[in-house]
Amino acid sequence: MPAAHEQACIVGIGQTEFSKASGRSEQQLAAEAVLKACQDAGIDPKSIDGMLTFDLDNSDEVDIMRSLGCEAIKYTARLPQGGASSVSTIVHGKHAVEAGFCDVMVIWRAMNERSQYRFGQPHHSMSPDAHSSTFMEWCFPFGAQTPAAWEALSCGPYMHKFGVTSEDLGRIAVTFRKAAATNPAAWFYGKPITLDDHQSSRWIVEPTLRLLDCCQESDGGVAILITRADRAKDLKQVAVRILGAEYSMLFNHEIISDFYAGDLIRTENSESVADKLAVTAGLAPKETDVAMIYDNFTPQILRQLEGFKYCGIGEAKDYVADGHLELDGTTPLSPNGGLMGEGYIHGMNNITEGVRQIRGTAANQIKNAQTAFLASGVAGAIIGR
Amino acid sequence: MRPDPIQRIDTAFFWEACARGEFVAQKCEPCNKLWHPPRPMCPDCHSLEKSVATLSGNAKVLSWVRQVRPASYGFQESPIVILVELEEGLRMVSNWIGETLPQIGDDVKVEFAPTSGGKAVPVFKKVSA
Repeated sequence: MPAAHEQACIVGIGQTEFSKASGRSEQQLAAEAVLKACQDAGIDPKSIDGMLTFDLDNSDEVDIMRSLGCEAIKYTARLPQGGASSVSTIVHGKHAVEAGFCDVMVIWRAMNERSQYRFGQPHHSMSPDAHSSTFMEWCFPFGAQTPAAWEALSCGPYMHKFGVTSEDLGRIAVTFRKAAATNPAAWFYGKPITLDDHQSSRWIVEPTLRLLDCCQESDGGVAILITRADRAKDLKQVAVRILGAEYSMLFNHEIISDFYAGDLIRTENSESVADKLAVTAGLAPKETDVAMIYDNFTPQILRQLEGFKYCGIGEAKDYVADGHLELDGTTPLSPNGGLMGEGYIHGMNNITEGVRQIRGTAANQIKNAQTAFLASGVAGAIIGR
Repeated sequence: MRPDPIQRIDTAFFWEACARGEFVAQKCEPCNKLWHPPRPMCPDCHSLEKSVATLSGNAKVLSWVRQVRPASYGFQESPIVILVELEEGLRMVSNWIGETLPQIGDDVKVEFAPTSGGKAVPVFKKVSA
C-alpha cells in the first residue's frame, strides 16, 4: 500500500454535453473533455504526461497531444474489453501514478456512437482478430450480432433459475430514470418512466430485453485526471482518493459474451474483485455510500449486485424490489441516472458522477457520501476523501 | 440464408468440417482434452499438438434469444439463437431449428445449415421425446 502522500487521487473531471448528435468530431469531444478536466483541477494541459483510454477509442494519443499541447508523454496504455475498460482505467491510472510512471495522468473516452455509427447495431466490418472481438466468430453467423443479444443469451440461465421476470428488470430501469429525471446533465432529464412504460416498450431481444432495459447510444466525451496526493493538495478541488482498485479476469470467461466458463449463474470475476477490494481498500463495496455500477442492460445490475456481494446469489431481484437502490436506500445506485438515464459514454460518466458524489457537488447528492464504489464487471474501485 | 462464418487460421478446421457435414472439436493429442472455441495451444498441458475429434452432436439448450431490433444481419428473418452444452461438456452458440420456441433444458441434436457463400454451420433440432 502506498504512503498517504503517494496515493493516487482523482483531481479533475470533465465532460461534454451528452446528446444524440454532437455536431463535431470524436477527437474534438475528447479534447474538450480533457481541457475541462484540466480546468476543473487547475492543471495546465501542457503538463499532462500520462494517457489512458480504451482500445476501442478512435482518437489517437498524438492527436490529443496536438490539441492540448502536452509537452512530453511518459506513459500511454489502451485497455481491452469494451465497457469493462471504464473502471479498468482507474486500476491502471492508480498504479501508474503511484509507481511513478507519470505525474499527471489523463483518461478519456469520446464517442459519436449515435450520430456517426451505431454502437448497439451489428458491426459487420469488425475484424475478428482485433479489439476484443474474437468472440464475434462464434456469434455472428448465428444471428447473435448485437450487445443486447449477447447479454440476453448469457443471462438466460440466471433468469430462468431464479424466475426473474421482465417486471423485475423494469424496476431497475424505473430507478435509473427516476434519478435521471432530476439530473440536468442527463439526456432523460425531466423524463421519468413507470413500470407500465417499461412493460409496453418494444422488444429489442426476445424474451429478455425491451427497449427500456437498454442503455442509450450517446454522443459525448468524458475525461478524468489522476495525480498523487502530495501534488493534489495544491490543486483546486478536494482530492478524491482511490482507496483501492482491482481487476479480475478468470479463465475462459469473456466480457459480454460470457458463455464458456462457470455455471452461468454466479458472476465470478466480480466476486474476485470484491474479495480483493475488501483487502486493499479495507472496505467492501456494500460498505460504501454510493454504487456506480455499469448498466449496459438491466440484468447486469442483478448479476453485479450479487457478484460484488451486495446480496446473496439469486436475491438481487428482491433486493431491488425492496427499494435498496433508491437514492434514500441502503445502496443508492447511480444518482446521475446511470448509462440508461444520463448517457452512455462507455461507463466513464458513471466515474465522474462518483467523484462528484464524494466532492458533494452532484445534482442528486447523497447526504454525507464519504465513499463510492465504481464497477464495470471485471473491474472495481473504491474512492473516498 | 445466413452469412458465411468468419474463419481464422486456428479455427478453419472447424468450419471446413461443417462444410463436409462433420461436427468436430479441437482435441489435444497428449492430454485428450476437447476445447471450444478452438485455440492454438492446450491451456492444460500447453501442447501445440492437436487433432480433430468427432462429436456426438447431442446437446442441451442452456439459453435462447431472438434479435428483434435490429433484426439479425444477413438473414431473411432473425433466427432463434441458442446456447447449448454438448454431451462432451463444451458450450457453443448456435441456432434452434423448429416450429415451437425452445425451452431451457430441451435435448437437441446437431444438423447443418447452408450459408450464403456455400459453406455450412451447425444448428440444432429438438429431439422428440
